[in-house]
Parts: sequence; structure tokens; C-alpha cells
Amino acid sequence: MEEGKTILLVDDDSDYLFQLDHNIKKFGFQTISAESQKEAEEILKTTKPDLAIFDLMMENDDSGFILCYKARQKYPDMPIIIATAVASETGISFDLHSESERKWIKADLYLEKGIRPDQLHREINKLLKI
Amino acid sequence: MEKLTVLVVDDEAGIRSGIERILRKFSVDYPFMDNVIGYNIESAPTGEEAISFINNNQTDIVLLDNKLPGIQGNDVLEYINQKQYDTYVIMITSHASLEVAVKATKNGAYDFVPKPFTPQELKAALENLTRHIFLKRMTSQLNKEGKQIRFQFLSVMSHELKAPINAIEGYIKMMQNREFGNKMDEYDEIITRLKKRTESMRGLIMDMLDLTQIESGKKKRELAKTDIVKIANSAIDMMKPFAIQKDVMIHLHGNDELKMQADPDELEIILNNLISNAIKYNKQGGKVDCNIRANKGFATITVSDTGIGMNKTEQAKLFNEFVRIKNEKTKNISGSGLGLSIVKKLVDMYNGDINVCSKPEEGSSFTVILPAYTNTGEEASNKK
Repeated sequence: MEEGKTILLVDDDSDYLFQLDHNIKKFGFQTISAESQKEAEEILKTTKPDLAIFDLMMENDDSGFILCYKARQKYPDMPIIIATAVASETGISFDLHSESERKWIKADLYLEKGIRPDQLHREINKLLKI
Repeated sequence: MEKLTVLVVDDEAGIRSGIERILRKFSVDYPFMDNVIGYNIESAPTGEEAISFINNNQTDIVLLDNKLPGIQGNDVLEYINQKQYDTYVIMITSHASLEVAVKATKNGAYDFVPKPFTPQELKAALENLTRHIFLKRMTSQLNKEGKQIRFQFLSVMSHELKAPINAIEGYIKMMQNREFGNKMDEYDEIITRLKKRTESMRGLIMDMLDLTQIESGKKKRELAKTDIVKIANSAIDMMKPFAIQKDVMIHLHGNDELKMQADPDELEIILNNLISNAIKYNKQGGKVDCNIRANKGFATITVSDTGIGMNKTEQAKLFNEFVRIKNEKTKNISGSGLGLSIVKKLVDMYNGDINVCSKPEEGSSFTVILPAYTNTGEEASNKK
């Protein structure tokens, strides 16, 4: 069932991207990787993934949000996860503007980067309704 | 109960009274707050009346409709910014387009509530802002008390430290699970990456120590007659292995000696940072020119490279903490994002100045100007 589903992974930390890619392939999905907002925008022009995982801070502090907005316009039904290394539960955000932006550019899910692979797998399945 | 003054600006009387009804009994509290915070609600039907109210009353929050009969919501926002009032604006607008939202937030609006909104949405926006105001007040209070707690700094720092820790942890888990089999050779690449990430974390921590020492003023400054040229020479020597790796030539020009009243450690940090950046962001086979000369009672240090350069937008944010210019060209260059903010802080301590000149693809040139109180040559003799 998972076969044939493609997930777009975007992160400018090549190590994190490598690990994420490895884990997600192990779940049985196909992956497309991009290391920047720009690269991801190019991919989205021609390809519709079944789900996308965006890092928040890349070339710009709000790259993830911009990608989220652009992807939503083109593929309104594609689920989006924003992954960030900032603990959302501390209530202290590194950039308070993004807190407010968070409210009007809605990703389907915000994830902490340290999340366990099995948790991530569960969340992806939930969003893909598998 | 502490109360924040909220000014509701909307030309529709129904909306004004509606918001008042929603907020009259609303209050915000948190486990870590001593006080419960409530709201005094005031209202104004036009932008002009709003401005006159804000001018005469301490206003904490403005709920601002964008479409008004006279001047527009965005004009009121601009006015508040110009006056630098301690007032936060939440924009309310029926045109919930991204453009209006982006424009308003760019102009300094804190948040954005699209019309029509539910009482819950309005309360959530207000709760969010109240928490922000509270944290800000608490921070400034703590700063006043001399406690160097900087929420923003700490949270950015935790982000910068968490990224490498996540990467390192991820690789360790992969090794633990024998993801690539039982042969050690298969893990060589991962080990190289692990070393790289731990090294860059070490660099970040060292820079952070420099910065906190400078900021807390704990580091004892030992001002003495110090030769900048000598320090530049030792900085160049230190960077040589790194320069050879990148095939970058470093040249030192200018005075043979330039003495000024300074702390040698501080000058060393300045020069090390500028020269290592000039190598780091250079092209393979490029060059670095370091020019040190006395000029009308000032010591001028210029470090130029033939590297990747920066555009205007990138140059503008260069001296802020944790700013790393992220683009295709820099993605494989590691750094803490603290170096130049450290340099800037040190230069400020000497009442000096630092500026940058840069062109993408051609290179950057950083100039530090320090008032040289004791000098060689004519400046010193002029002083007599």
C-alpha cells in the first residue's frame, strides 16, 4: 500500500536529510530530496508528491512557511509536515514573527526534529490515511 | 488584576461592541505568571480618532481594522511605528489575503485576525500577544536587575546546538542499528560526518564563550600598547594551514608597525575572525589582502577577499547574532554565525567602526576603523 507513494524531503542540513531519507525509504516510501527552498520549488513545479516534509529555516528564516504556502496553492490536498529543531512546548520561539505566521500558514503538522522514526512513520501514515 | 489597555478600531459599531463583549470578561493567566492579566477596552471608529487616543493614553494593544473611512489601518500602524510607541497591533481585515497579511506584518503588526472571526480566534490571538508582552516585560525586568537572561539569545542558541546534536544522534542510532551491515568500513563516511559536526559544535561553543565574556564584561580587559601588525602576522600564521588547503594566498600590506592602546586578545579575535572568513568564503586559488595603516589618528584594518561576495540584502543582516548567509554557495561552509557579531561588539568597545563592501562573485572587503590613541610616526608626534 505504501509502495508508489512519494514523499518530498526538504532540509538544508545534509546530514539530517540523509538520515530522514534513509528512514523513510525503510518505511517503504519513495523519496525526492532537496537541500534548499529554491530546489524544492523547482521540483514542485513539475512533480506532485503524496506528502512533503519541510525544514523551517533554510535560505530564509521562513523558507518552510513559504514552501508551505506555495505548495498549498498548487496542490491543496497534499499533506505537509514542517519539521523544526525548536521546541514548540517551551513557548519561547526563536523568531516571534514566525509564531504569528504559524497561525495563518497552516501546515498539517509541526514536528520536532528529534522525533523517533516509528513515531514519524505513524504520523505519515495518518496523514496519508494508510 | 493587572490590565492591558486594548483599543478597538473599527468603523462598524457592531464589531466594536461585539469585540468588547467578547473581551470584557476575558483574562489570561499562566502557571509562571504571578498576575492574572485582564483588559480595559476602549474603542475608536476612525483611524484619526485612534491616533489621538494613542497619543494621549498608554495603549498596549490595538485591534485594528484595515479598511477605515479616512486614513487606513496600515497608516495607523505606520504612525505607531514611527512614534516608536510600546504598542502592539493586531490587524483585523476582511481581505484575508496573504498580501495584506505580509504587508501588515512587514510593517510591524504582531498578528493578523481574518474577518469574520470567532470569539475563540480573537481570544487566541490576544492570549498569544499577552504572553509575548508578559515575557518581554519579564525579560526587561530581569535585565534591569542585572540578570543576563536573554530569551531570544538562549532560544536561538538552543536551536543552533540542537541541529548538530540531532544529526549526531541520528548517525549514532544508525550505527547502533547496524543500518549498513556489520562491516566497520561501511560507516567511514558517517564517522567523517560525525567528526565534522562535533568540530563545528566546538567552534560554536568557543564563539559563544567569547561573546558571553564580552557581553557580561567579565573578561578583564588589559589595555596596553599593542602592535596591530604583529597580531595580524600571527593571525595569518595561524590560518596558513587552512589557507593552503583552499589554495588561498594571504598578503599583508601597509605600515610595518602600528601601535595602539588595546587589549591584544581582543585585537586577535577581530583579526582572526576577519581573516578566517576571508579564507572560508574565498574561491579555490583566490587571495586575501590584509591592509593595516595609520590614518589621521585612526588605525584602519582592511581585509579583502576574492570570494563569493554578497548581495545588498545579505550585507544588511551580516552583523547580527547567528546570522549565516545561507545560499547555494555557502551551504557547504560551516560557521557559528557569531564571528562577525563578536567582531562588531569588540569594535564598538573601542568606539570604532566596521563596514563592508561586497559584490557577488567578486569578493568582500571588511574595513575596521579604530581610534588609535597611541601611534607611531606623525600621529604620535602631532599629539605632543
